[in-house]
Amino acid sequence: MIVAKRKPMNEIAEMVAPYKNITVIGCRSCVAICLAGGEKEVKMAASALKVKNRKEHRDQQFETLVVERQCEKEWVKEVEDKILGADVVLSMACSLGAQTIADMYPEKTVFPGLNTGFLGVPEEQGVWSEKCVGCGDCIIHLTGGICPVARCAKSMMNGPCGGSSNGHCEVNLDIECAWYAIHERLKLQKRLDLIEKVMPPKDWSTGHYGGRRTYVREDARLKQHQKKGKEAVQ
Amino acid sequence: MTDRRPKVVGFCCERHGMDAAVLAARSGRQYDASVRVIQVPCSGRVDGLHILKAFEDGADAVFVIGCLEKNCYYDTGSIEGRKRVEYVKGMLAELGIEKERVEMFNAASTNAWAFPEAASKMVEVAKRLGPLDMGGDTR
Repeated sequence: MIVAKRKPMNEIAEMVAPYKNITVIGCRSCVAICLAGGEKEVKMAASALKVKNRKEHRDQQFETLVVERQCEKEWVKEVEDKILGADVVLSMACSLGAQTIADMYPEKTVFPGLNTGFLGVPEEQGVWSEKCVGCGDCIIHLTGGICPVARCAKSMMNGPCGGSSNGHCEVNLDIECAWYAIHERLKLQKRLDLIEKVMPPKDWSTGHYGGRRTYVREDARLKQHQKKGKEAVQ
Repeated sequence: MTDRRPKVVGFCCERHGMDAAVLAARSGRQYDASVRVIQVPCSGRVDGLHILKAFEDGADAVFVIGCLEKNCYYDTGSIEGRKRVEYVKGMLAELGIEKERVEMFNAASTNAWAFPEAASKMVEVAKRLGPLDMGGDTR
């Protein structure tokens, strides 16, 4: 899932200050799970801005709503009237949601209410950690299901660096050394021989470093007449 | 300071918080009439949104009063309540609003003084900082 965090309220307040009608849109997917942009967080952000407005005698109207997945056009389309009726849209989804609205309605100003962080998992209630950087070439079948690219601070590919100490990373002692974890995991799985397998230099061109990525599945794409048919139904 | 009577909202858990308030009344202790009490099943039921809504609708100060943390009727309810209060404090501070306007208190049902003391403290805070919509203090 995508893990995000609410921007500081003063930053949000400053962004929306010049506008009168503000539509705050949350998302029920990843950002709801990481307690950043679900229904409650959307209402709380709007309410906090109203409290500030009460203090500063500013008149702003807030409309709050939440869509199922803000990164999908179909769901955004359902709230089109609320988007078009607003002076500005404050997206409480990840950057993908905000950009989807911005791309669909280029004449509308869309502000991000969250800082999008990383691809991660909920470790326990209130704790999320990064586990993938989306490098486009997964190798965790060789590393006991632990990604050294995301979980090692230096993305080491062939064992730990000299800074690994008692299973902890030198960058931050609260972080587990990814390669220590990989060693322990492979030992548990009786696959320790894999640790000696030398990995060649990683091809980073499959990641973001090779430029913006687009995946296409030709078999799933709609032909022109199918697109027209779908539009007609809508 | 202002002559306007401050508006203070107190979310009171129906166990020790409310019992302390009732005991205060029975023992003849008074608290400021500016305080509006909202009874909730547990201080852990109070959400940040409830606190913000109270401010939005005119409160100058808000407090939550629940059981003592190691003697909570619902075990961890008052700990949860405190966490919500702390979160809202953070949000208000980010917006340049005095975080002292919201507080969490704990009481045992036998503490007749606890509720009037919490109420008086918050009325005092609201008077000192002034009405929220008058700009209050700029800290």
